[in-house]
Amino acid sequence: MSEQDVNEISVTVNGTQIEAQPGEMLIAAADRAGVHIPRFCYHERMSPVGMCRMCLVDVDTGRGPMLQPSCMVPVSEGMIVDTESDDTKRAQEGILEFLLVNHPLDCPVCDKGGECPLQDQTLAYGPGESRFIEEKRHYEKPIPISDLVHLDRERCILCDRCTRFADEIAGDPLIQFTERGNSTQVLTFPDEPFSSYFSGNTVQICPVGALTAAPYRFKARPWDLEENESTCTTCSMGCRIAVQSSRNELVRYLGVDVESVNHGWLCDKGRFNFEAVNSDERLTSPLVRDPDNQRQLLGTDWGSALASSAEAIRRAGPQRIGIIGGSRLTNEDAYAWSKFARSVVGTDNIDAQLGDGLPAELVLGLPPATIADACEADTVLIVGPDLKEELAILHLRLRGAATKGRTQIVEIGATATGSEPYAQRSIRCESGEAAKALSELLNSDDPLAKQLRDGSVVVVLGRSSVAESADPAVATASLIQSELPHATFLAALRRGNVRGALDMGLTPGFLPGRTRISNPSAMLAQKWQQIPEEQGLDTSEMLQAAAAGQIETLILLGADPLSDFPDRNLAAEAIQKVKTVIAIDNFVTSSVAQADIVLPATAYGEQSGTTTNIEGRISRVTQKITPPGSTRDDWMIATELAWRLGGDLELTSKEDIWREIEQVAPSHAGVTLERVLSNETLEGILVQETSIDLNLPVPRDTPIADGYGLRLISGRKLWDAATTTTHSPSLRHLAESPSLKVHSNDLERLGIPTGTEVRVISTRTTENLTVVADDNVQRGTAVLPFNQPGGSANRFIDATAVINDIRIETL
Amino acid sequence: MTFFTDDNLALAEEIIGRYPKPRSAMIPLLHLAQEQEGWVTDEAMTQIGELVGTTSAEVLGTCSFYEMFKRHPVGKYVINICTTMSCALMGAGELMEHAESRLGVRAGSTTSDGLFTLEGAECQAACTEAPCLQVNYRHQYRVTTDQFDELLDELASSDHAVPDHGVLSQIRQHIPKDRSVGAVPPEEVKAAPVWLSEDGDS
Repeated sequence: MSEQDVNEISVTVNGTQIEAQPGEMLIAAADRAGVHIPRFCYHERMSPVGMCRMCLVDVDTGRGPMLQPSCMVPVSEGMIVDTESDDTKRAQEGILEFLLVNHPLDCPVCDKGGECPLQDQTLAYGPGESRFIEEKRHYEKPIPISDLVHLDRERCILCDRCTRFADEIAGDPLIQFTERGNSTQVLTFPDEPFSSYFSGNTVQICPVGALTAAPYRFKARPWDLEENESTCTTCSMGCRIAVQSSRNELVRYLGVDVESVNHGWLCDKGRFNFEAVNSDERLTSPLVRDPDNQRQLLGTDWGSALASSAEAIRRAGPQRIGIIGGSRLTNEDAYAWSKFARSVVGTDNIDAQLGDGLPAELVLGLPPATIADACEADTVLIVGPDLKEELAILHLRLRGAATKGRTQIVEIGATATGSEPYAQRSIRCESGEAAKALSELLNSDDPLAKQLRDGSVVVVLGRSSVAESADPAVATASLIQSELPHATFLAALRRGNVRGALDMGLTPGFLPGRTRISNPSAMLAQKWQQIPEEQGLDTSEMLQAAAAGQIETLILLGADPLSDFPDRNLAAEAIQKVKTVIAIDNFVTSSVAQADIVLPATAYGEQSGTTTNIEGRISRVTQKITPPGSTRDDWMIATELAWRLGGDLELTSKEDIWREIEQVAPSHAGVTLERVLSNETLEGILVQETSIDLNLPVPRDTPIADGYGLRLISGRKLWDAATTTTHSPSLRHLAESPSLKVHSNDLERLGIPTGTEVRVISTRTTENLTVVADDNVQRGTAVLPFNQPGGSANRFIDATAVINDIRIETL
Repeated sequence: MTFFTDDNLALAEEIIGRYPKPRSAMIPLLHLAQEQEGWVTDEAMTQIGELVGTTSAEVLGTCSFYEMFKRHPVGKYVINICTTMSCALMGAGELMEHAESRLGVRAGSTTSDGLFTLEGAECQAACTEAPCLQVNYRHQYRVTTDQFDELLDELASSDHAVPDHGVLSQIRQHIPKDRSVGAVPPEEVKAAPVWLSEDGDS
């Protein structure tokens, strides 16, 4: 057999010869050749099941034509297929007549009507009339199967898409076919809702109107919707989405299938938090602190708000100013702010991360990996946060690689994570000791050590707990660099466009294009004219300096340090001490409420530009609706402030800004505006070049636990008190109220029964909390989620310490 | 979730140990749960899910597929009267009518004393013995209305050999740990089993 025969199979479809891959299903081969076979149950990202029989076609493999489901038949050499034969047509009519026996004809009141595969295919392939005159099956009309998803069983055609997704893709088999025969129905277990982080996907893939999402039900009709393709910026995965609006209001996001990123899936947080954009609580005009009553903010006009902001910046001077935040911004906005800070204000005190990420050095300097690299690697080593909670779609991709592919997942961390069910090995170590555990593993005769040394390795590196500093992550990175030099890295940073912000220089010591402040490109030096020589302060240092009275004006660029910085006490003290706080935001967050000048910015869906995901992939964000009130894009605010400070950023549009980025940022050279505006950005333009020679800081050692206290571990949850979640009515109640979780043996030792209120003492504060026994927590540690409504771990954390220990006492 | 008694829990673990994958024990455990309670409770399904490492929803999906797993309380004796063709021709309808009036309940319900559940059933593969019925899945052949009354009296008197609903057999297989051959997952089976080879000792 020649090589070509091994690689390709030729099949005749409707008289035309097409090439197909061995093992490929007939329906997929036909799709690629542009022959559409109708289907309900088949989905290219899930395994075929042959449930609906809609894809029956005439297949002749030498024994004469016969009807076979094309989603279940692998192609074979010389196969002759007819998708338009009389038999096929009769089969299609028969199947549709069957499916419509019980399907209610309530299309006029059904959310799916107008975009419904059953409706469309009935029109295209159906018999036109039904012989069924009996009573249809009846069920209670929509029942909520979770807080977000409603199920109308009458409309269900039992295609197995939602149940397959829940089991195969999400790994949460909480919905199942129950009963049998005519009474088969999809249901959850009584009182155990379909509370998957990915439940919204089942609504999107449902081929009828059986599953509907609470935030979209009865909001719009499909033919009223306007749609733009864009990129989700809820976390830094950069999932491709279709943003849909009706009457200038965002009503729905749909996942778009992108091979390199999300495979069409979205997490529920990203899918449904558009509600926040439509919120009545949005900031729509500038505010200033009332001179007569310090407790309230008054509405003002842009002119005076900008003038007083400029005055506060000028008065402070370049040394006594700090700019925190910028991960919410598009790349273009981030660039404008980076240029404003360096060339107009003259400061390098600028940081997009809030002390809960990784040093920029690591993100920009470590050998990079892509998500696809991770899903094809022999081993993915996760040393960082619980990906299911922080980068949910990365979790989904890795789960898929582990369960369907040959990739092995190894995780090292102090707490049980969502990766554990599909991991080859979950190594539990003390908080801050991951490097030690990895070193022990690599120097043992464990076969896993050989697997890591000999095979390809992608490391997903991040902060496994906000209660520990970045030092343990640095220690892990430098160990892997020396022991596993072939390993590549994916930084597990979670905020929207944090990678883009770092690339644009919103971090001390670095300039746009992944260059050091000491080594600007010639073009950048020429365009910017003034660049600070000294490396500035990061967020933690800025807040410490502010608390010590060394910062006069603090600019919060979409940042809420009181909620998001690990150390609430330090953030509160800093904001208290600073003379002027200028906040640029969408909502009145707890930090914005303390600000002296508040400038309202446009939100997601109201601005266009580009965003960069964790792997450095640039994709487009598009404007869909008109911004409310007098909100402005962040770059406009930067140019306005620059002008009032006697400077000129010479930026007049987002396109303008991108042209300048392409010129001055060495890593982005060649990524022209034409490329950005072309279809290339649908998949994303991967930019991995960096000119940074890695110079890892020396990490501080993790102190040994004293045996009296419990080491505090604080990770984030998908549902937390994040601004967009709390301003989305459908999502805000999904976050659990916080409780301190401790191993039952530790509680027994302390004589504290589970569920009681205890006094929790840390170096920062003493407060009462409910303690719950949980044997998934390691002994000697205490787990308290970060930023949950009604109490966050940040009150207990000292951001300057490597790790944080707490003590608990009975009241 | 604790549903199983200590004895049954030990038995459940033994049953799980017989399979290379715990999930395979789901149906035997559902039988065990039905034996303990007479029907399969939600608590039982939850605990089975925990024992075999899956969600309660998946246990419900399996359990509800089978009509003989009851998810509501049933009587001590479940009487299934065959209503399919042969039996229908030979008087199953009259028998059902008689049974309903004698028990005072409609088909599908349980008597108030909790003793009998009456059900209409599909063919029980005894067409030559029509009309037939089953009491806790034990056959009764060519049942007349008088014989039906006698049967009820007998069942109520406790002078009979029909165990309570849910009990599968009086004698249970028990494999002590040291006699277990050890379950090997199918993907780890490399060679044909010993008994397949010609000389039986390869």
